[in-house]
Amino acid sequence: MFTPGSILSWATFAPLAAAALVVLLVVLRPILRLSRRAVDDGARLLALAGSGLSLLAAIAAWRMFDGSTDQVQLVQHVTWIRAFNIEYFLGVDGLSISMVLLTGIISFVATIASMPWWSGARAAELAGMVEGGHQDPAHPHPQHFSVRAVPGYMALLLLLQTGMMGTFVALDMFLFYVFWEVMLLPMYFLIGIWGGPRKEYAAIKFFLYTLAGSVLMLLAIIGLYYNSAPAELAGGDTAAHTFNLVELARQGAAGQFERAAPILGFAFTKLAFVALFIGFAIKIPMFPFHTWLPDAHVEAPTPISVILAGVLLKMGPYGILRFNYPLLRDATQWAAGAIAVFGLINIVYAAFVCLAQKDLKRLIAYSSVSHMGFTLLGMAAMTPAGISGAVLNMFTHGLISPMLFLVAGVIYDRAHHREIERFGGLAQALPEYAAVVGLSFFASLGLPGLAGFISEFMVFSGAFPVFTTYTMVAAISVVITAAYYLWAIHRMFLGKLNPAYQGYPDLNWRERLSLYPLGAMVIVLGFYPQAVLSVIGNTLQTLIKGMSPL
Amino acid sequence: MDHPVAVTQASFLWVIPALPLAGAVVNALLGWKLQRALGRRAVHAIAVAAVVASFLVALLFFTRMLGLGAEERTLHERLWNLFTAGRLSADLAFSLDPLSMALVLVITGIGALIHVFSIGYMADEPAYWRFFCYLNLFVFAMLLLVMGDNFVVMFFGWEGVGLASYLLIAFWYTDPQKAAAGMKAFVVNRIGDFGFLLGLLLLFWALGGAWTPRPAALRNLEYQPVPELGAFAAATDAAQAEALAPLVEGVKVGPTLSFRELRDQIAVEATGVRARLDGATIWGLPVLALVGILLFVGAMGKSAQLPLYVWLPDAMAGPTPVSALIHAATMVTAGVYMVARLSFLFALSASAMGWVALVGALTAAFAASIGFFQYDIKKVLAYSTVSQLGFMFIGVGVGAYWAGTYHLVTHAFFKATLFLGSGSVILGCHHEQDMRKMGGLGQHMPITRWTYLVACIAIAGFPVANGFYSKDEILWKAFTSDHLALFGAPVPWLGPAIYLLGILTAIGTAFYMYRSYYMTFTGSYRGGAAGHDGHGVDAGHGDGHDRGHAHVPHESPWTITAVLAVLAVGSVLSLFLGLPTLWTGVAPAFERWLEPVVAEVHFREAAHGTEWLFQLFGVLAATVGWLSARALYKDGRSQVPARLKERFARAWNVVYQKYYVDELYDLVVVGPAVRLAGLLSWIDKRVVDGLVHLVGAIGRLVAELDGAIDRYLVDGAVNAVAFGTAGLGRSLRRIQTGHVQTYLYGALGGALVVVLLNFLIR
Amino acid sequence: MAITLAHFLVVGALLFALGLVAVATRRNAVGVLMGVELVLNGANVNFVAFERYGAGGVAGQVFALFVIVLAAAEAAVGLAIVLALFQTSKSIDVRQADLLRE
Repeated sequence: MFTPGSILSWATFAPLAAAALVVLLVVLRPILRLSRRAVDDGARLLALAGSGLSLLAAIAAWRMFDGSTDQVQLVQHVTWIRAFNIEYFLGVDGLSISMVLLTGIISFVATIASMPWWSGARAAELAGMVEGGHQDPAHPHPQHFSVRAVPGYMALLLLLQTGMMGTFVALDMFLFYVFWEVMLLPMYFLIGIWGGPRKEYAAIKFFLYTLAGSVLMLLAIIGLYYNSAPAELAGGDTAAHTFNLVELARQGAAGQFERAAPILGFAFTKLAFVALFIGFAIKIPMFPFHTWLPDAHVEAPTPISVILAGVLLKMGPYGILRFNYPLLRDATQWAAGAIAVFGLINIVYAAFVCLAQKDLKRLIAYSSVSHMGFTLLGMAAMTPAGISGAVLNMFTHGLISPMLFLVAGVIYDRAHHREIERFGGLAQALPEYAAVVGLSFFASLGLPGLAGFISEFMVFSGAFPVFTTYTMVAAISVVITAAYYLWAIHRMFLGKLNPAYQGYPDLNWRERLSLYPLGAMVIVLGFYPQAVLSVIGNTLQTLIKGMSPL
Repeated sequence: MDHPVAVTQASFLWVIPALPLAGAVVNALLGWKLQRALGRRAVHAIAVAAVVASFLVALLFFTRMLGLGAEERTLHERLWNLFTAGRLSADLAFSLDPLSMALVLVITGIGALIHVFSIGYMADEPAYWRFFCYLNLFVFAMLLLVMGDNFVVMFFGWEGVGLASYLLIAFWYTDPQKAAAGMKAFVVNRIGDFGFLLGLLLLFWALGGAWTPRPAALRNLEYQPVPELGAFAAATDAAQAEALAPLVEGVKVGPTLSFRELRDQIAVEATGVRARLDGATIWGLPVLALVGILLFVGAMGKSAQLPLYVWLPDAMAGPTPVSALIHAATMVTAGVYMVARLSFLFALSASAMGWVALVGALTAAFAASIGFFQYDIKKVLAYSTVSQLGFMFIGVGVGAYWAGTYHLVTHAFFKATLFLGSGSVILGCHHEQDMRKMGGLGQHMPITRWTYLVACIAIAGFPVANGFYSKDEILWKAFTSDHLALFGAPVPWLGPAIYLLGILTAIGTAFYMYRSYYMTFTGSYRGGAAGHDGHGVDAGHGDGHDRGHAHVPHESPWTITAVLAVLAVGSVLSLFLGLPTLWTGVAPAFERWLEPVVAEVHFREAAHGTEWLFQLFGVLAATVGWLSARALYKDGRSQVPARLKERFARAWNVVYQKYYVDELYDLVVVGPAVRLAGLLSWIDKRVVDGLVHLVGAIGRLVAELDGAIDRYLVDGAVNAVAFGTAGLGRSLRRIQTGHVQTYLYGALGGALVVVLLNFLIR
Repeated sequence: MAITLAHFLVVGALLFALGLVAVATRRNAVGVLMGVELVLNGANVNFVAFERYGAGGVAGQVFALFVIVLAAAEAAVGLAIVLALFQTSKSIDVRQADLLRE
């Protein structure tokens, strides 16, 4: 079933097929005389199956991938729209294979977290999850997202997964852009319909921000297309211009885009770099384009936060490494100093902002901003350790931050608020939960032995020779990060138990199933990061070969 | 040390740390079930067995090491490659050399004893399994720290012990103060780690860590790595990284994280690494001194030196066995170990050595002065620990690495005895820690009393126990060192000055230790009336001790007293490791043991007579301290302390309040940090997000404007045509009267006009 | 005094003007019709006079006869309209007849 030629298509389109089946189920409901509940359950099962298949395909792709070369592998390459030289070109190199695996894992975890699987009536009641509506005025909180308009939710979730996976495997610029936009729309609806009190605001902010980025990106893509040299299409025909990223990278290395005509007196490469960079920086999110993130996270339902933090943020650096670095090498070197400064601001500024947050999810969202700064700093340094650390940081952050959002969701489902100050002594009521939160917080603050440390360390050691002062300042974050996480633990879990939280149920199996696999991976990667590094290393070192910040 | 270290490959080194890890994992996952199903016995059996087994395995390796030649005693085992990127590569590898062997034996040996002690001490703790899980976790992390073959594994342990310490200090987390103490310990340690990390990065940088060629526009060009190191080199696995390193006289040259390889590169002159390091500067400062000082900042955090010692006294909030194991015997000495481990690096920079020794001496004196006036028995011991750690840093600072490490070992014995003794006292007095409410405990708790006294003798520095030998050697070495520097230039008076501070501190040490002894064990019991004042938050671990008579102190169970006895005996017997050359004619056993692994530093030659004299000074200092404490505090009869306290009330208060250092920290560090956080958060919400909203608002405004234009201009034109036509029609309609005659007038008028025009235009 | 073309033209103009005034001012619809006859006959005088003094053929006389026939037809249709008007509005006052406005 999974052949090297089709594996990536499986990973990409399995969720889409499941989404189509969900829609079909809804359409056929009157004919088959299904109960509403049966349709809901069917949609859930289809979602699990779709993302499960996608995960299996991603794991298979990871296994098939040969990390000892820097070549693009598992290629599927056919002409799609001959008139515009657009191809259906899927493939992975060391950079994208790690993201493909991450996407598969996080998608599946998010799907699990969307299930209304609760042990005990009390828990279900607390969460507002009693099926069949929630009209009881004694419980003012809205119905839980996992029982609200389920088929629609599942279909959008699956569509989102297709968009994400496709973005990471597409090697044709046009295809990439299509997937990029496909991912945007479901996200808007998932936040805007199933979100919290200010969901419309957050959803629109997210949408506009990202759309603004995509517009810039589209302009740059078109610009790159028309400045590309003739290339061969999949069928063997020769086309005047190409969307093929591998070919474009080759041309970029040969200096094709430096010869492009300047626009308004600005060099084309620099303009294209800036447009692409801003488009991707919004997704990272990089200061000062980061303010959509806390709002989106705070309002989004838990699984959507998980996907947002785990996968969507990674598309920013991924795009920069896929477009800017190979295609616009000179401009990238020209801009490296600025990237490092922005990374530094992200790291330190967001860490301080975390210290002042009162809302748990907002704190975690800002910590994401801070941690993504490491990726920026590492990639700006253009040393082997720096860039490997940057991409490893994407991977580890992609495992840790979903954990953080999951644990924030656990307490929100029970208490219906996330204000850190209002908790207290929760470790007595929910010991297992406290232990998992401890694990995730310590992983995020970079405790050696857990995944976050190695990537931070590699970024530091890679960036130090190049950006000595910046790295020194960035290292302050090790103190601040510890302070805000421990302070949050202190206020939430330690001290006397707030009687309001007496008798809250501890973790249930749904939460365990989503948290423990991530926790296990965080520990394993903490002691064996080479598992990822050996796969991504060759590609990245080829990528930065001969480059260094100007 | 001008040749590479000979390495003996060993298998199953990993068993030593793995056993406690296994214990911790089992207790973490199954502990509460075991405790419920099989009772506490099952829990502590696992934990104690794990550490004891680990100790036995370590002994096995010790005997194997004894069988090897002095120069071959470096056992090494590589498990797997942690990460490789470019030339930066690190393995998960363990090594045991004489230095780490000594530490491993202390950790597992004393650790095992303290585990046994905890069985009695924590007997009534409901979360028994959790306590033993954390203890085992700590032992695991500490073993990683000392057995790590490279910086990364060491850092794993370094932070791991921090985590275990955090968990154990905040063990009774329902008390917010205890929980806060844990947090404080971790965060302050992180400040140290910040320095440690910078030192490490700087070291790599100086070693040629710039793996890519540096373009001329970059700053910091004072130092250029040798070309073959600086050339771009990429590797993705350990073998490739290995292959990239040029070999010089069998030594791999290039950036490395391994202690051994680093030492070899520096030791073997032909590699040129040492010459390059010596000349390296950054921002005009010598890199070596900076590296040493920054690494020492890490040690300051972990080993509670000025100004980062503040967490240690608060850490006494943890259960007493924790204080003994982590905050006296092992974890806090990690900094000392680190300096000794990197002695080859510190020995290269006289300035780094000078600062280490000076900070150590200042800390020793400072902490001792606070110790004079504390009433909480554990606080006295805490400040005493800070002070003794200062002594260790004097030792490793001036270059007497073996002496510093030896003091680490002796301190582990006597301070563990003292802490566990205090734990026994606290247990006997029903969780009373205030010495003013003790007294006369000698009759009730004889074993505790005698062991405590032996430890007092040891720490005060009488030659009948181990403390004298280590402390005396440190002070003597400090006095005879003339190589120390502070700002690059040698400062010959620094050694004697440090000696002076040290000997004064020694008097103080004897004073406050005997003060605690006399206040606790002599006189009459003062705690009866006050009774059991609760510590109610320690729910469940307090009440159970009141077997029978509630308010009479009682001797502790045998698990506790046996451990105390063993440790007290150890405090005496371990003196044989450090019998001075002056007495025996041969170097002390411990010095010979460590000689192959630590750097050699040359001290000023001094006459034997002088050395005898200084030993006498040491004993004298102890005697002075002892006698004055005896006069003031024995049996609690003397009124002098109270009068003195009144006379110097203000000064006394300043010291009693620990010089207000905590308050200073709040003012200078915590307050500004929190305020900055608030400010930045405000900026983020108001300014950055405000800008976003502004952009949004501008967008809306443009839209409104656009709408207006659309509505009024574009649509307006269309409408104007329509309205105009309609209006014209309306007004023209009026002339259509329907009267034929009116039309005729029109026709006539028209005809007239035509006629007139006909005449006019000609 | 010989009778010249001018004399005829004056008579024709007077007839035309009197007829025109009658058409324009008479309120009685029959009066208006009579005015129309005057206007036509004024024109007839001119036709005949121009033929006699200018062209020297019979075209003018033929035109005059043609107009007399036309006037008879016009009077018949006009009177029929007046009749219809009277039947609709019981009045032959042209000032009140504004049906053309519709």
